[in-house]
Amino acid sequence: MRYNRLALYGLLCVAAIMILSPVFIMISTSLKSMDEIRNGSIFTLPVDPGFAAWSKAWFGDCAKTLGEGCGGLSSSFMTSVKVVIPALILSVGLGAITGYALAAWKMKGANVMFAALLVGMFIPPQVTLYPLIIMIRELGIFGTIPGLILVHVIWGVAFTTMMFRNFFKTVPQDLLKAARIDGAGFWRLFWHVMLPISLPILGVAMILQFTYIWNDFLLGLTFGGRAGQPMTVALNNLVGSQFGEKEYNVDMAATMLTALPTLAVYLLSGRLFVRGIAAGAVKG
Amino acid sequence: MADPAQGVLQRSVAQEETQKEGRRRWRPQWTARMALIPAMMITIFCFYGFIIWTFVISLTRSRLLPVYKFTGFDQYARLFANERWWTAMQNLAIHGFLFIGGCIVFGYLLAILVDRGVKAEGLFRTVFMLPLSMSFIVTGVIWQWVMNPGLGLQEAVRALGWAGFEFNWIVRPDRSIYTLAIAGIWQQVGLCMALFLAGLRNIDPNIWKASRVDGIPVWRVYLHIITPMLRTVFFTVFILMSAIVMKAFDLVVALTGGGPGFSSDLPARFVVDHILNRQELGLGAAGAFVLLCTVIAVIAPYIYFELQKERSGRGH
Repeated sequence: MRYNRLALYGLLCVAAIMILSPVFIMISTSLKSMDEIRNGSIFTLPVDPGFAAWSKAWFGDCAKTLGEGCGGLSSSFMTSVKVVIPALILSVGLGAITGYALAAWKMKGANVMFAALLVGMFIPPQVTLYPLIIMIRELGIFGTIPGLILVHVIWGVAFTTMMFRNFFKTVPQDLLKAARIDGAGFWRLFWHVMLPISLPILGVAMILQFTYIWNDFLLGLTFGGRAGQPMTVALNNLVGSQFGEKEYNVDMAATMLTALPTLAVYLLSGRLFVRGIAAGAVKG
Repeated sequence: MADPAQGVLQRSVAQEETQKEGRRRWRPQWTARMALIPAMMITIFCFYGFIIWTFVISLTRSRLLPVYKFTGFDQYARLFANERWWTAMQNLAIHGFLFIGGCIVFGYLLAILVDRGVKAEGLFRTVFMLPLSMSFIVTGVIWQWVMNPGLGLQEAVRALGWAGFEFNWIVRPDRSIYTLAIAGIWQQVGLCMALFLAGLRNIDPNIWKASRVDGIPVWRVYLHIITPMLRTVFFTVFILMSAIVMKAFDLVVALTGGGPGFSSDLPARFVVDHILNRQELGLGAAGAFVLLCTVIAVIAPYIYFELQKERSGRGH
């Protein structure tokens, strides 16, 4: 029995090491110098850790680029922040209102609409990509931050609606009836009854939408243009550029910087993230 | 005897009352309908309308811009004659099989290990789900570095003394597709673990008590009793992972760039490449539509199952 326990912990630790080692390699590589990378192994700890690569990844290398900024990630970090915050609030807000309307107000066709929305969550973004480009271009916001925000709201609303609708369906009908007899209208019922009880699901939706929008690549690549390049796109460009000698430490520092916001949200939110991730997994 | 005129008056007052009552009832309903408009517009136009639009484009000979000169199913004929498309579809099958299979097997094993009543369960769970919070781009870039044939894992293992060790799959056309599965499983295995763990926690503890009384070995309980009981969880995991595989774009771009050559290309990347970079709009649209049909074929049973569950759930 004791040997069984030992084997169990052994297996779990092996699995944990396998999951963590790429993360460890990323961090330790980012703290090394290029000389050390060339002469050492990816598994060794940095002998003389330094943040030189981090600052190069963040501020860019002005000697390498010709004019026009220094190619660091700091500007695309700001773009990502400017896209994520409004897109997050709008998509979660719209999802909350839509989910509430579908769940709490008996309407003809509510189930049909919900089913249509649920199916929409599975549509690969590639299928609607070009018409969406035309729409955003016609609106005159192609290659801008507002354009990218709008696209994220369009793609996020199916998922947020599903989360809120499924949650509001569990609210006892008697509570809604009582509120309606007291004369509460659509918005009063929403603000004073439904929203306060939905705070946990609101948290889950916020965390997941943050993660999805921050981690998005395809929409940022397509709709961001040069001005609205989010961090994932900038990282891919940085790593993919064949300009001069490859600096793996800078690549890894840039990767770490891109991953940090969502990693921090994950580690701080713990249970909420886990609760929502299963529901949202269908969304690419 | 009541005055008929009064009766009429009373009736009209009553009518007005019900009308007012009706209006009071009707108004919030009306607001609810209004509130649905944005989401409804998105669903109708941006989801289904745009799918039809893409289908229409796929029937034209559009290249750089949409041109509505219809050529029937010519683009589909071109697509099915395109060698790169078939490489991508074949890769989708290989990657799908390895990725989905790997996620299910390893996710289930991890869930079982975590469910055996270990200390620090929360810590292990947090570690296993950590890669989920990172993007496919980040995952791809990290693994590209780990699998770097010059300075990565291959070199590190050789330095440890195993001079003949070879792990250069990422630069080998016949192996690069397998690297996608490695990185993909690393990222998604935590999600599968979480879903299986939730399933295991729902198992009636009496089953364990009974099997202990009967002296059935633990591994047989898992294989012959627990696993069949979790078939809906297996089904859900399978569907979720297939949805991820078919949309897989970011990971290929960041890890292999579809290369060497097109040896690790996937249909989702084929479509984006033809629409955005190659001025082959019609061909890209045709590819997108075929991709959608593949998704529907896999997802339809799941949607049906979900709606069925919903319908039976309403009876409670």
